[in-house]
Amino acid sequence: MTFDRTIASLAVACGVLLVAAPIAPQWLLFLLALALAKGLVVLGLLLLMRTGLVSFGQGLYFGLGAYAAALLAHRGGLADAALMIVAGTACAAAVAAILGLLLARYREIFFAMLSLAFSMILYGLLVKSSALGSTDGFHVQVKHFAGIALAAGVERRVFYAASAIAVFFLGWALHRYLRSHWGRLSEAIRDNELRVEYLGASVYRVVYANYIIAAALAGLGGAFAALAVGHVDPETTYWTTSGEFVFIAILGGTGNVLAPFLSAAIFEALRTVASQYAPNVWQMALGVAMLAIIMFLPGGLWTLVRRRAA
Amino acid sequence: MNPILAAEGLQKSFGAVTAAADINLAFERDSVVSLIGANGAGKTTFLNMVTGYLRPDGGRVRFDGQELVGRSPREITALGLSRSFQIPQLFQSLSVRENLLVAEGIAHAERVEEATDALLEKFDLASYAARPAGLLPEGIRKLLDVAMALVSKPKLLLLDEPTSGVAADEKFGIMDLVMTAVRGQGVTVLFVEHDMDIVSRYAARVVAFYDGRVIADGTPAQVLEAEEVRRYVIGGAPHAAA
Repeated sequence: MTFDRTIASLAVACGVLLVAAPIAPQWLLFLLALALAKGLVVLGLLLLMRTGLVSFGQGLYFGLGAYAAALLAHRGGLADAALMIVAGTACAAAVAAILGLLLARYREIFFAMLSLAFSMILYGLLVKSSALGSTDGFHVQVKHFAGIALAAGVERRVFYAASAIAVFFLGWALHRYLRSHWGRLSEAIRDNELRVEYLGASVYRVVYANYIIAAALAGLGGAFAALAVGHVDPETTYWTTSGEFVFIAILGGTGNVLAPFLSAAIFEALRTVASQYAPNVWQMALGVAMLAIIMFLPGGLWTLVRRRAA
Repeated sequence: MNPILAAEGLQKSFGAVTAAADINLAFERDSVVSLIGANGAGKTTFLNMVTGYLRPDGGRVRFDGQELVGRSPREITALGLSRSFQIPQLFQSLSVRENLLVAEGIAHAERVEEATDALLEKFDLASYAARPAGLLPEGIRKLLDVAMALVSKPKLLLLDEPTSGVAADEKFGIMDLVMTAVRGQGVTVLFVEHDMDIVSRYAARVVAFYDGRVIADGTPAQVLEAEEVRRYVIGGAPHAAA
């Protein structure tokens, strides 16, 4: 078996994150938990971007994952984090399996805008629904993980550790997927759909499958975010949230499965610091950062890692 | 004769321009046929109708006993018909090896790596294996395009101007590699070509097009000597629609 630097880096990063779980201050755990949750969404975006698609509507699945998980606890009486994570992921994947039938037929701006439109439809439904807390959303209280009762104050640390483990396994799985025939085929579709069809493969099926995988990852990210924050609201499905995911994806680049998590951590740290010291202009700081990335590192921050490794 | 490909009454127009006017052609198995004609004569339109890229306005195309009209390029490829393109259709950001890996992965589920390495050797592409397809010289792009078309082991291979845009001294080398690769495989080859030296050397039969019609069909010696071919194809007389 050959040494794989990406898998090794993932394992080391996951190990460090797990070591931090019992000792890191709550504010840092919160920041990292959000970064991991958003990184999962962006991991799905990475797959779509490698297929030549940019979705401005991943907030739909992020929000669905968050709401499905939260509702299981809030209304279903099943306040078990493991079940909530499964429910959030499954709900997002199921909706994507339906919407994907339509969206897999579209490309470029049409795909981007249609995905955005679906996320805004859900946003509209959520803000009008008083049963789901309307614009305020509702709180999520979870005291169990896989049937085990969690002591007060420990829950967030357990959820964070679970997200770190999920990131390792899903990062590993997607890394393998991207290096498999299906991963190469996805990139081939981005380059030349006509040739893929003339070689005898169905572009539609590959796009459809990748769309569902990306949605499932976004749903999982949404469920983890709901557990980390302890609250869900319609903002999770709003277009600015979807735009944030695209921002993180461009910031990190699509060169490696580690890039989404690295850039999500930088994004969250930047936002926390910037909103602390410059609450009125922090978006401007992000804008300048994006401008610099597009001008000097069009392949994203991962280009720096790759150059260093080379 | 039990032809592998038969076109009956094929018609196609683009507005006032007739690209195919009642084309009737049949091609024998395991033969090498060249399609010639001036630009706009209807050669590529014929290939595009056969491979499902264009739907004919009228007529039928039968391949190995199956009707092709109405089928998608993917379905037609699955039946055993493959093609290369006038402008090579490659995966520009992928390396030469990855281009072939994609093609092999679609065509065969097993021993993909070994088959790809063998193909790189067969087409003299091994030294370019790691280079992105978007950075290749034109001759190598053409070869890679043909190599990808052959991966599915087609019964019929259509080559659209396999040597166009290639340096004169490389043309025969490319055709030799292609013909060596298909020899003994039972593959029927139809190639569109403008270079009459290539046509004479590699084709056993030549079909000449002019303004969407077949104006000559026979051996290279017969067709290249025909009055209409000399006037409208070799002589370069402008076609009526131009």
